[in-house]
Amino acid sequence: MKYAKLIVSFVLTIGLFFTLNTKLGSIPPIGKFLNPYSGIWQNESTESISGNVRIPGLKDKVTVHYDEQLIPHVFAQNESDLYKAQGYLTAKHRLWQLEFQTFAASGRLSEIIGEKALDYDRTERRRGMGYGADQAIAYMEKYDKETLGYIRDYADGVNAYISQLKPEDYPVEYKLLDYKPEAWTPKKTALLLMYMTKMLAGNDDDLEYTNALRLLGKDNFDLLFPDFFDITDPVIPKETDWSFINVPQTPLPNSKAVLDTITETISKPNPDNGSNNWAVSGAKSATGNPILANDPHLGLNLPSIWFVMQLSTPNHNAFGATIPGALSVISGFNQHIAWGETNATRDVIDWYKVEFNEDRTKYKYDGQWKDVSIRVEDIKIRGKENYKDTVLYTHHGPVVYDKNFKSDMELAGYAMKWIGHGGGNNQKTFLELNKAKNYDDYVQALQYWNAPAQNFVFASTEGDIALWIQGKFPNKWEGQGKFLMDGSNPENDWQSYIPQQFNAHTKNPERGFVSSANQHPVDENYPYYVFNDGYETYRNRVINDYFNSKEKFSVEDFKNLHNNNYNLKAAEIVPYMLEHMDASTLSKEEKVIYNEIKTWKFNNDINEVGPSIFRQWYGKLYNLVWDELDSEELELDSPFTYQTIYLLKNHSDHKFMDIVETEDKVETAKDLFLIAFKEASERLIEIKKEKGDYTWLKYKATYAGHLLQALPAFSRFDIPIGGDRNIVNATSENHGPSWRMIVEMSSPPNAIGIYPGGQSGNPGSKYYDNFIDDWAAGKYHQLNFLQSNQATDAIMSTQTLTPEN
Amino acid sequence: MKNNIINFFATIFLAFILSFVLPWWSVMTAALITSLFIPLKKASVFFVPFLAILVFWAVYSFILSSSNDYTLAKRIAVLLPLGGNPYVLMLVTGIVGGLAAGITAVFGKQFAALAVK
Repeated sequence: MKYAKLIVSFVLTIGLFFTLNTKLGSIPPIGKFLNPYSGIWQNESTESISGNVRIPGLKDKVTVHYDEQLIPHVFAQNESDLYKAQGYLTAKHRLWQLEFQTFAASGRLSEIIGEKALDYDRTERRRGMGYGADQAIAYMEKYDKETLGYIRDYADGVNAYISQLKPEDYPVEYKLLDYKPEAWTPKKTALLLMYMTKMLAGNDDDLEYTNALRLLGKDNFDLLFPDFFDITDPVIPKETDWSFINVPQTPLPNSKAVLDTITETISKPNPDNGSNNWAVSGAKSATGNPILANDPHLGLNLPSIWFVMQLSTPNHNAFGATIPGALSVISGFNQHIAWGETNATRDVIDWYKVEFNEDRTKYKYDGQWKDVSIRVEDIKIRGKENYKDTVLYTHHGPVVYDKNFKSDMELAGYAMKWIGHGGGNNQKTFLELNKAKNYDDYVQALQYWNAPAQNFVFASTEGDIALWIQGKFPNKWEGQGKFLMDGSNPENDWQSYIPQQFNAHTKNPERGFVSSANQHPVDENYPYYVFNDGYETYRNRVINDYFNSKEKFSVEDFKNLHNNNYNLKAAEIVPYMLEHMDASTLSKEEKVIYNEIKTWKFNNDINEVGPSIFRQWYGKLYNLVWDELDSEELELDSPFTYQTIYLLKNHSDHKFMDIVETEDKVETAKDLFLIAFKEASERLIEIKKEKGDYTWLKYKATYAGHLLQALPAFSRFDIPIGGDRNIVNATSENHGPSWRMIVEMSSPPNAIGIYPGGQSGNPGSKYYDNFIDDWAAGKYHQLNFLQSNQATDAIMSTQTLTPEN
Repeated sequence: MKNNIINFFATIFLAFILSFVLPWWSVMTAALITSLFIPLKKASVFFVPFLAILVFWAVYSFILSSSNDYTLAKRIAVLLPLGGNPYVLMLVTGIVGGLAAGITAVFGKQFAALAVK
């Protein structure tokens, strides 16, 4: 009996130990997680931002002043120390995010969250994320040891922080998922830059278009997906003279698209990833100093993608938004210039069909067999055996789709040609921009930038404004890469690149301002082929109209424009729909909604109901128009919003307007307006029942979600902010202006900025999400640009990083 | 009764000391030791170390959390989910530690009983 009791109590004890010490499904190991000495209670703390910290490998002392927003102002004696300090401080405030993003970039999430991430991981690896990072490191090793040296300094800084940590100090996410940080490496910086490249230049529709071309024929395809819309207000002004360009476009070969049927394609980045930037010249500025603004539109996440810092040495002094993992300031200013980026979406991904020999060791090219090279991706899976994925590489790039992945072709595959695989030295551009003193330095810095192509806006204290569309662009033949190409035909390869000096740009244009909002980079007169990559057509016109509307602009005007909620898209279609819809059959309830949208002035403010009605109405309408393209067997894209509205107004009897399902009836656009309106009304009435009303505030319910699938405990919901996609204030549900900055180019520059998050990555810190309310209200924070290593009134605490002796 | 009180404080004291060298299961070790050297009877075998560690962990959590306005505790109490109430989270923390200690003490008692024989 006693033995029985002993055994039972022993088993209970061991069982309890095991239960409390092990992660079970999504439940953290509860003993480890909750105990007060090493569990989450240890994360219940504010940042330590005073005193001395010893950091091995520093050459000299580094001073870090923190202001009330927890922005570190870093004063180092040399660049090597500066980037070591940046690595250290980024890790200190954002360690989990810093590491997690590179795990996501390299397809290693299965290591952390298990088998459910395997498909994601395989996609990222087959996309060649790790391969591209390897190329970037190899390039720097060969051509730019200096930059690689700074990247190593950054890594040393991150590792100095990690090595100081005891398990109780790990950020709370590590405790939740029960793992620990690993050492940082220079390759992780390269991976982070690949992540940005994927996010901003990883979108393409070649395979979807191939399906569409086969299904619809060329005429209909061109109508639905035109190279240019009937209006263009391009980034580089129309009147630009291109006569200096003396290298012609690649001549058109006799090449045909490969009209395969593609049933599944890999995941794409959010097509809303975009941005606004603009600058006015001194002549157009109320104070006589140029003013510049930037607001990158990205997913609204916590911790935020941005971390604001001032980074200075005796030779330069830069301030602005940094990205954890990358060195120096990405969107910001120094004592002489200011710069910012928007995405220049250009088609830099093409797909080639390759045919293999019988054992898939060779592929056909130019009438011969060429060797395939092999990269084995060894994917660790938590709690399971590793998964080994063999990826075949051709001279085009990785064969993403083959019999092992999203395809059933036994002896063929689709190879991806992507600018992201080309190595290159993107980090150098930012290191140089941080130190640039004038327009020439800025242009010099840009030449290193390959991808993702960006519209780099510029303003200087000398009074120049400029905008370069910078990236490494293939000089394509007309139409090259719109559809799947035959990979065995050398004429289909990228023949050359557009010489960098011929990239579209503008300096001090006559109109007195430069701007970009992801619209068409140029008009038809630019001598190279520019494919319509789904260019924006609304924000750009609102912005340019605004700057054409009066003589002088102030910082206050810039703020108003950032927060402008005018819905041009709605203004261009709603009156037309109201006019042409037969409203006589509307029920009493529908009539109420009808009258509501009739009085709407097209502003997407939070208290309006118009935006919600429009979103529902247009959404239903869009689906009705493109019901032909709604297929479960095929990957297809629906046409762009602008073109859809164009067709509704100009081709209202086109056969696409007909609803396929109703065989005995032929609908026109006018019929669709009414059907869509009734469907929308039904849904709106439901929403009213669920949420009390359908004001834009409640309908949109903007949120900033934690990077772990918007874990509610660490996210912020129902943020009161207006706007929407295609609006200058581009805030939709979970996407929007991720960093708003305005810089006036006085000497020294005077800047304000804000982002929807906070400087700390610790959900237990009051600095985790403390900017969100001000951001939503359209407010900004003064960016305290310290001119010397002297704490001012704005500084609340100072910490010194000292070399270890 | 006297042993109950001694055991209670000794368990807390040992758990506190051991926490500097062992992970969270130091509370199990502490309870094991006290159950061997400060024997208790009947229900006390479980409840005294249970209460000792419950009080210790709940109070310790409270001290850490209250100095930071319960910022993280409120969030974790959404995660687990405990209605966002930080005090419930402290209680749960205490119960988790207490259970580990109490069950281990029961095992220690059985072991001691056998060893004495």
